Amino acid sequence: MLANRVIPVLLLRNEGLVKTKQFKNPVYVGDPINAVKIFNDKEVDELSFIDIEASKLNKTPNYKLIERIASEAFMPLSYGGNVKSVDEVRTLIKIGIEKVIVNSQNFSNAQLISQLSDHFGSSTVIAGIDVKKNLWGKKELYSHNATKAQKGKIIEYCVELEKRGAGELLVNSIDRDGMMQGYDVELMGEIANSVSIPVIACGGAGKLQDINELYSKTNVTAFAAGSIFVFHGPHKAVLINYPSREQLKEIWKKQ
Amino acid sequence: MIALIDYGMGNIGSIANMIKKMGGKSKVVTTAAELAGADKAILPGIGAFDQAVTTIHKLGLWDALNEFALVEKKPVLGICLGMQLLCNSSEEGKEKGFGWIDAEVKRFDFSAVEGASNLKIPHMGWNVVRPVVTDWPLFENWEDEMRFYFVHSYAASVNNTAHAKGKTFFGYEFDSVVGHENIFGFQCHPEKSHRFGKIVYKNFIDL
Repeated sequence: MLANRVIPVLLLRNEGLVKTKQFKNPVYVGDPINAVKIFNDKEVDELSFIDIEASKLNKTPNYKLIERIASEAFMPLSYGGNVKSVDEVRTLIKIGIEKVIVNSQNFSNAQLISQLSDHFGSSTVIAGIDVKKNLWGKKELYSHNATKAQKGKIIEYCVELEKRGAGELLVNSIDRDGMMQGYDVELMGEIANSVSIPVIACGGAGKLQDINELYSKTNVTAFAAGSIFVFHGPHKAVLINYPSREQLKEIWKKQ
Repeated sequence: MIALIDYGMGNIGSIANMIKKMGGKSKVVTTAAELAGADKAILPGIGAFDQAVTTIHKLGLWDALNEFALVEKKPVLGICLGMQLLCNSSEEGKEKGFGWIDAEVKRFDFSAVEGASNLKIPHMGWNVVRPVVTDWPLFENWEDEMRFYFVHSYAASVNNTAHAKGKTFFGYEFDSVVGHENIFGFQCHPEKSHRFGKIVYKNFIDL
């Protein structure tokens, strides 16, 4: 049977790995190449790298660094961070990336996802969606690393991204990022029921039971997280970790 | 030296990394002349069937690959779309495949499968390959449960059962690993499948 996926999302800033809280205050957690080597040993399902400054500073992907990361990665690898063109994606695939995550660009270029999907197939294209609550508690779309509010209804936007040709949706809850208090079960469940492509839920996982909860209550099949895979213990010491096969079997028992 | 056939649609980088890691030598090849110097070839592929066939023809590699595989009998490994190209045809397109493997490639169809309404296409993620033969060179040193990363919407179905080497369950069993003499095909991505994939590449390098 096809297995559900647990995907560490690793944030790049300059040449290092960082972890944020609510998309702010990046804390250095180590060297990306070293992290990939450890995740190899742990036989991780998949890895995502997101350059958190690329869109905000309008940087081109750091191909040299990505190539070094990819050369050590014997698992599927996705990259996000100011990906803007077919040519950039061609280069990324050539150096060893399987999928690209496109987020901020989708608001200014409605054609990008369909172009990428036509060229490389929809399974190469992940559409990123960042959601944040406003002062009145209403969830809204954001882009550019949570610095720009965007118009549009969340569910309608997700359906639209699928129509454009996205192969997967990576949905991130900005308010829950780094808080380790659990996923936004309601939002993720609603999105997963509204589209027919896989939804990768991200933001809030603080323990393996949080993954189990989201799995039990929704149709989500891919579970992404940051903090839980780079921090360990009550003092949040930096320690790259990933559930064992036995732990994963426990996670996939519905409550 | 292993030729990595570059027709503009493959995850060449990932495959080259894996071969290097496993102690093999590879070279990206785009012409018949370059292919002639190789002793093995890998046909990668991400994308659409017809576009792949057309591009291989345009590069003048179609006849060269037929010569390489059928006359010189050198080992050829097809990965993902590359595996599908080894077959006769695909429902994804109108062009003919190489036909070295007697199989047709069909879109996943769960209409006759009870309780399969929750299965999403593409078949994306980790799944198990169940070998259906015992003495096949790429199955050397296989472990009990061999897991691989898959991404595809079309799957092979063999006409000649002798060409089926491994099967995978997604709604129903399909032919995820095929082979015949010096021809080898994996629907999954062994280059992205940790130690399981390393075993496959090591076996191919050692042929």
